[in-house]
Amino acid sequence: MGNNGINYIHPEFEVVRDQDKCIACRVCERQCANEVHYMDEDGVMRADNSKCVNCHRCVSLCPTGALKIVKSDHTFRPNGNWTPQIITELYRQAGSGGVLLSSMGNPTNLPVYWDRLLLNASQVTNPSIDPLREPMETVTFLGKKPKEIVRDEEGNIVNNQTPQIRLNTPIMFSAMSYGSISYNAHASLARAATELGICYNTGEGGLHEDFYQYGPNTIVQVASGRFGVHKAYLEAGCAVEIKIGQGAKPGIGGHLPGAKIVGDISRTRMIPEGSDAISPAPHHDIYSIEDLRQLVYSLKEATEYNKPVIVKIAAVHNVAAIASGVARSGADIIAIDGFRGGTGAAPTRIRDNVGIPIELALASVDSRLREEGIRDNVSVVVGGSIRSAADVVKAIALGADACYIGTAACLAMGCHLCRSCQEGKCNWGIATQRPELVKRLNPNIGSQRLVNLVNAWTHEIKEIMGGMGINSIESLRGNRLMLRGVGLNQKELEILGIKYAGE
Amino acid sequence: MMSQNILHKEGEVRIPSGCAISGIFSKSGKKVNGREIIKSIATMHDRSNGLGGGFAGYGIYPQYPDAYAFHVFYNDEDSKARCEKFLERHFDVINLSKIPTRKVAAITDEPLIWRYFVTPLHIKLMQSQLSEEEFTKRCVIHINTQLDGAYVFSSGKNMGVFKAVGFPEDVGEFYRLEEYDAYSWTAHGRYPTNTPGWWGGAHPFDLLGLSIVHNGEISSYDANRRYIEMFGYKCNLLTDTEVITYIIDYLANEKKLTMEEVASVIAAPFWSTIERMPQKQREQLTYLRNTFASLLITGPFSILVGFEGGMMALNDRLKLRSMVVGEKDDTDMVYIASEECAIRVIEPRVDRVWSPKGGEPVIVRLNPDAKV
Repeated sequence: MGNNGINYIHPEFEVVRDQDKCIACRVCERQCANEVHYMDEDGVMRADNSKCVNCHRCVSLCPTGALKIVKSDHTFRPNGNWTPQIITELYRQAGSGGVLLSSMGNPTNLPVYWDRLLLNASQVTNPSIDPLREPMETVTFLGKKPKEIVRDEEGNIVNNQTPQIRLNTPIMFSAMSYGSISYNAHASLARAATELGICYNTGEGGLHEDFYQYGPNTIVQVASGRFGVHKAYLEAGCAVEIKIGQGAKPGIGGHLPGAKIVGDISRTRMIPEGSDAISPAPHHDIYSIEDLRQLVYSLKEATEYNKPVIVKIAAVHNVAAIASGVARSGADIIAIDGFRGGTGAAPTRIRDNVGIPIELALASVDSRLREEGIRDNVSVVVGGSIRSAADVVKAIALGADACYIGTAACLAMGCHLCRSCQEGKCNWGIATQRPELVKRLNPNIGSQRLVNLVNAWTHEIKEIMGGMGINSIESLRGNRLMLRGVGLNQKELEILGIKYAGE
Repeated sequence: MMSQNILHKEGEVRIPSGCAISGIFSKSGKKVNGREIIKSIATMHDRSNGLGGGFAGYGIYPQYPDAYAFHVFYNDEDSKARCEKFLERHFDVINLSKIPTRKVAAITDEPLIWRYFVTPLHIKLMQSQLSEEEFTKRCVIHINTQLDGAYVFSSGKNMGVFKAVGFPEDVGEFYRLEEYDAYSWTAHGRYPTNTPGWWGGAHPFDLLGLSIVHNGEISSYDANRRYIEMFGYKCNLLTDTEVITYIIDYLANEKKLTMEEVASVIAAPFWSTIERMPQKQREQLTYLRNTFASLLITGPFSILVGFEGGMMALNDRLKLRSMVVGEKDDTDMVYIASEECAIRVIEPRVDRVWSPKGGEPVIVRLNPDAKV
């Protein structure tokens, strides 16, 4: 294959085992789907570092704490331009001739604007509010707002509202398909969303029949491959999402290898076992904005105007103008996915170089929709990547109605961000279909951890809002005076629509 | 002439302020002299710091009931000439004069203060394809945003706002308020945390007879501002009062909500309260809260909203600012103030005094048979 017996790739990580602590119980060996650990002829546990992805499964399960994973200090001659990663990836491609694949979100060292935004608090001139003593409201409705107030003959206001999604807190689990993640991961998300009074999203993999019971808290996705889409599916959820793009891979489709199209996944996706599930890059019935309008209304017709329609786009250069078009297309909600959004698999070069930060995209979309007087036409949901309650608060202050979390949800279920989802050997039972791995994720525990996470964030959101003297989330929405920037230039401040700290 | 203050004036910087408010309303339409409202607000002297005071009186111009009374501040003769040219192009000016004032030692740096009674020029109104109110509103907003040095601070019919930088009792003295009689008065004493040095920044804030005095600092300001600006309003002063006035104008005059409904939008009941309500009421309040979510006002406020034929008093939903209401039955009078002393000083024998709950509007209107 062009390597000629030479190994160009030195392992990135080293498994360090404290042989004094190791009791040779072989848990690590059994737990590692990558087959890193083995016992040698003398009964001593050894490791093949080249197979380690640093997922910490063995470390977390070692009963004696004998293991740790360290980054190899093996080095190339230091070079600020040709970094070890670039050199290694180049070797890999020279060996294989293939496109590099990656998963999860863009890990590069580009600016994280959330970390350059600071929040306000009340002092003297108005009181902060204590969420332990006063009501603090996070209920959020997603959907269009009516343009006219209509009254009946008796003068009562007529409810002319289009369908809405009601969330107890402005956080939803973003789209991750059954196939890219496991049955147990889906079960965890669905149950947690139901308990929390929020929504999870099927992604483009259809909806397993076991999960129809969670319909009121399910957003069903329609993407370019139309996998698993049928009438009952559309009617099962509380909203339908048209996926145009994804922050991790704007402009390209998806590819779930035939090896993963087994059993229930094949049934749910409505494609034959073993066949690759290839989602085209564009929707082949949407080549322009007027086509989007037709798909929006086709889906509304199919669901008898009972479900709001979400249009999900990736944050790209012209995002404000695109969002403005979407807001006039009949869509009820726009979801924008930033360039750090996660994925089960994407070409590395696309993931790391295409798209723009969600903070800037959100700010310019919200400003544009207001300038055009159409902000009420749609709700705005953002994701990619929201890492904490503080990010949620900042997103809402910039103008978002709610946030999507994907990576954070995976982390709650046990993901250690080893970024190897594309291998299908997730030791945590999330991004895999191997039954012996899937069963490691107990949906009772997975859903409880998700519920804990979202509850914890909601407590923090309330605490932060109370400090600002705000006791309802809608008064935070678009309230950019609550934000100040640090380490930003004039142009960045202008796009974000905020002042510098101290101003 | 205005002094060239090195500090920023209203509109260039956001200035939080605390305050005193007071209102007198005669349901029978009997006129109350301006001395009364001065006496009431003066009692709460310590709630202001001399950086702004003002009054609004309704029913003060019975001689011109159908004309818009514009009260205008000018920086200089040039700005006056420019503004008058604009007024002549758009309105029939029935009467114009300086607003009578007297010298008061504590009031300095006064601008030129003029009053115009106007009606829209028929042909201009037709061309604009707007209602009379909308046409006039846009003209006022045009002057205030486009004509440098001119500021219309009062524009209602048969009502007027009088305001200045100073303690409210001095402001009342300055404007010779004893020469005016109104069925409805509101007053304001300001305690800003900065030196605005500009008369336009004092309260009440008025737009076509919808006037507001406000005590508080709202935490929802930028959410409210960025929303309301979608509908043609321009928040130039960056004050709470300005944005609250626009919100109420939008809801009451554009969306035709009742004042009760307006109150349930800007000081909405908590969801937990709404959920306990009977179905019909629950649905209506859920609809209003959802539809006008961005017009919820949070943070402390107590406001008096003056409008033609009525007055509304409203506290924020947590009642983070004091406000009491007093009623006297035999005279059909209603008194509302930040402190009870401001009521007792003008009517010691009120029949009832109570504190409205947070978010509970107190709306008083002229009796059906009242003459004003």
